[in-house]
Amino acid sequence: MPVDAAYAHLSDNLLIATILAYAAAMLLYAVEYAFGDRGRVAAAAALTTPDAARVLVGAGGPAIPPSTGDTPTGGTATDGAVRPRTAAFGRMAIFLTVVGWIMHLGCLTSRGLAVGRAPWGNMYEFAVAATLVAVTGYLVLLSRQPVRYLGAFVMLPVVLLLGLGGTVLYVPAAPLLPALQSYWLWIHVSMITLACGIMLVGFATSVLYLLRARYERRTAVGRPVHFPTTLGVRLPAADRLERLTFRVIAFGFPILTFAVIAGAIWAEAAWGRYWGWDPKETWAFITWVIYAAYLHARSTAGWRGRGAIGIALLGWAAMMFNLFGVNLLISGFHSYSGLS
Amino acid sequence: MTVLDRGAGDAGARLSTVPPGDAPGSAPPGPVPAGPLALLRRSWRQLTSMRTALLLLFLLAVAAVPGSVLPQRGLNQIKVDDYFAQHPHLAPVLDRLSLFDTFAAPWFAGIYLLLFVSLIGCLSSRVPQHGRALLRRPPDTPRHLDRLPQSAEFRTDAEVETVAASIHSGLRRARWRVERRAEADGAVTLSAEKGYLRETGNLLFHLALVVLLFAIAMGGLFGWKATVLVTEGDGFCDSVSSYDAFEPGRLVDGQHLPPFCVRLDDFTAGYVPGTSQPASFHARIRYAAGAAEPDRPYDLRVNSPLRTAGTRVYLLGHGFSPVITVTDPTGQVFSGPSAFLPADATLASTGAVKLPDARPKQIGLDGVFTPDRDPADRLGLRSLSPRPLDPGLSIRVYEGDLGLDSGAPQSVYSLDAGRIAAKRLRLAALADGRPARVVIGPGQSVRLADGTTVRFDGYREWARIQVGRDPGQVPALGSAAVMVLGLLLSLRVRRRRVWFRFSPAESAGGPRRTLVAAGGLARDDAEAFGPEFVRVVQSAQGGRSGAG
Ligand code: HEM
Repeated sequence: MPVDAAYAHLSDNLLIATILAYAAAMLLYAVEYAFGDRGRVAAAAALTTPDAARVLVGAGGPAIPPSTGDTPTGGTATDGAVRPRTAAFGRMAIFLTVVGWIMHLGCLTSRGLAVGRAPWGNMYEFAVAATLVAVTGYLVLLSRQPVRYLGAFVMLPVVLLLGLGGTVLYVPAAPLLPALQSYWLWIHVSMITLACGIMLVGFATSVLYLLRARYERRTAVGRPVHFPTTLGVRLPAADRLERLTFRVIAFGFPILTFAVIAGAIWAEAAWGRYWGWDPKETWAFITWVIYAAYLHARSTAGWRGRGAIGIALLGWAAMMFNLFGVNLLISGFHSYSGLS
Repeated sequence: MTVLDRGAGDAGARLSTVPPGDAPGSAPPGPVPAGPLALLRRSWRQLTSMRTALLLLFLLAVAAVPGSVLPQRGLNQIKVDDYFAQHPHLAPVLDRLSLFDTFAAPWFAGIYLLLFVSLIGCLSSRVPQHGRALLRRPPDTPRHLDRLPQSAEFRTDAEVETVAASIHSGLRRARWRVERRAEADGAVTLSAEKGYLRETGNLLFHLALVVLLFAIAMGGLFGWKATVLVTEGDGFCDSVSSYDAFEPGRLVDGQHLPPFCVRLDDFTAGYVPGTSQPASFHARIRYAAGAAEPDRPYDLRVNSPLRTAGTRVYLLGHGFSPVITVTDPTGQVFSGPSAFLPADATLASTGAVKLPDARPKQIGLDGVFTPDRDPADRLGLRSLSPRPLDPGLSIRVYEGDLGLDSGAPQSVYSLDAGRIAAKRLRLAALADGRPARVVIGPGQSVRLADGTTVRFDGYREWARIQVGRDPGQVPALGSAAVMVLGLLLSLRVRRRRVWFRFSPAESAGGPRRTLVAAGGLARDDAEAFGPEFVRVVQSAQGGRSGAG
């Protein structure tokens, strides 16, 4: 099917607008984060759900002493003193994120209309789709939990990936090669995109965990904290970030597993073997094994916390390497990038 | 496992079958017994521990890296040869470490075999343990429910018995497994547990991993695959000699492949209109299971292999076979298509024709076929696109000794360069005395000085077809599906417990006469369990206060 130039052009313009909106949102998140001492982000973060539940249930009966397990330690405050100006930055940031998200969706949709197929047929389109999943995931999380503190940390890799996609990886709209015309491939790439977007959020929470944990370790023994550890002041308790990371990765891992399997099913039909240790497959394997190791580490004495989170970061690094490094540095069977 | 406050008793015990001594927060092991048997037992415990599993998983990931960085024999022998040429000192060292066959290397096998021994050992204790847990009744109610991560208290007007019975049935309706017990002081307790599927899912996942490994091994032992290049109008039958490349499994006897025949009737490549981008490849084939004449038709496409009871047939690539007719000075006619190999995306293809029976001298041709000849290229080596819009053949004709009887193997796609250099095979002369290097179109011919004529009749297309069997493939797919199912259960289901204690309050007989204490505990995911606990308590409370 030929390419519809008008849609292709629209898509390219929307990409630029999206990047601008996200970049602006990132700055505003950062401003709120940096200057919003005792702002809503901090206040909300201090209210952990288990405690909220306890208050609720306890209301009917005698007072129940607060447990020690789940309360955040140090740093955060519940006095509710909201500095309206910095909170306004945060609201502005969310507004821009939503506007950016709509344009992002438009960018991907018009690309799909331009080429008359699912718009994740090459690395450029893949980057656009995966980041859309990440921002969607962040917005969904935001609608359920006070996670605005995540904003800047999700937006940063998203803007970088989109920027990289729009420059280094960009390929003009074009239809797919015959080997790529398969619904299993469609499922495979959709699922990888989904998993990648989810793991991006898990990556952001892992980094925040490390910051916060370091902050807690230092303040616990009264040692001074320096930048960037100071960023930990306004984060929820390390414990909570650790569990949030686990929930995100535990959500993404079965999807990643299914994505790899769908890829194997497609490879069997296209190339006559379901697994051939082609570099792309090898790195998918490495990524999968590392994330499996993360899930293991979390149940292994002495590994929950910093050790496990370190493995999660490695998993993300392997995933990114598979996305960019393998296509650009190692040539394989997967002639997928559209670059040559 | 969740770390509990003092006083919570063994409320959190046996929430999972993570090997003891491994779970976060568990106590360090006590004094170590001596003796060879104890040592053996200790090593076994070590091997099947979570820590070892973690280490081996990590090693496995690291061990796979060289397989993506260095060229691999299994993927591309030519790249390996290039690497040897470029790094003459390093390459043999790497080769001795099997780094060009990473995924068949003994050390790689060592890692994953150890991992699977560990896994099987681990499962052999976890599966029975979980089996017992499935039969066991939920544990006793801890003394101090208020020390559990989740707890609540309320009073109601109804009798202890009535409240307990109503909450009991409410929990049963919500599919909790409930155990009612009476305590010495007249209190009644309910222990309830849910989410056994989490552990079941986890074990299913790990079991499926083992099955997957066996399925892969089965493919490696009993599977085989072969590729063959078939020109339109040609065919092949299953025998090792008819294949261009044959990769048997370790236990496959190449002499006894099940009979299977394929004939290629027609190949068509479709292109995006106005461009040279391929849009579709179709190979119309006929096949027969058995040595019979192939008769059943199939439309073979990329992504759409032919799957018969055992053998599967894939379309992997395509190219052109120029049809060339050579008449030697004695009047013998040699005619037929010869497959040329594509050198680039425009399908400019190189190949050779060898005529050892030509007289008085043997004749050899080599050259380039261009499906869409670039008029600007006088040598006729460049093609503008892969579409056969204006085919051309740029060819050289040699005479002399092809060297086919020398015993040394030769590529069918090129003439022996050594013989040309040694002038045993010489470039022939045209009728006008110029060297026999010409560019001709379909239907055109050239005449050599000695009377030989070479005519370019046209072209046919060929398809590269892979035939193979992998008896492990379906089991592998099945176990992969079970893996995903197991993971979903294991990572989405929460194992959790709640307890209720109903005790008579001081104002016995009057209103608010029953004190209800509740406590709850979940493995992981405290955030998500909080709201559920609230709901459980609220429905217990709500269900009562109205009736009380
Ligand atoms: C063959 C390599 C292995 C892989 C790829 C693997 C993968 C995984 C994954 C992805 C999980 C988390 C999901 C789940 O809970 O189902 C997990 C959990 C678990 N694995 Fe493995 N595993 C492997 C080997 C082992 C071995 C050798 C052991 C024995 C020590 C083991 C014991 C466990 C246990 C106890 C859990 C549950 C942890 C928990 O409930 O928190 N695994 N494994």
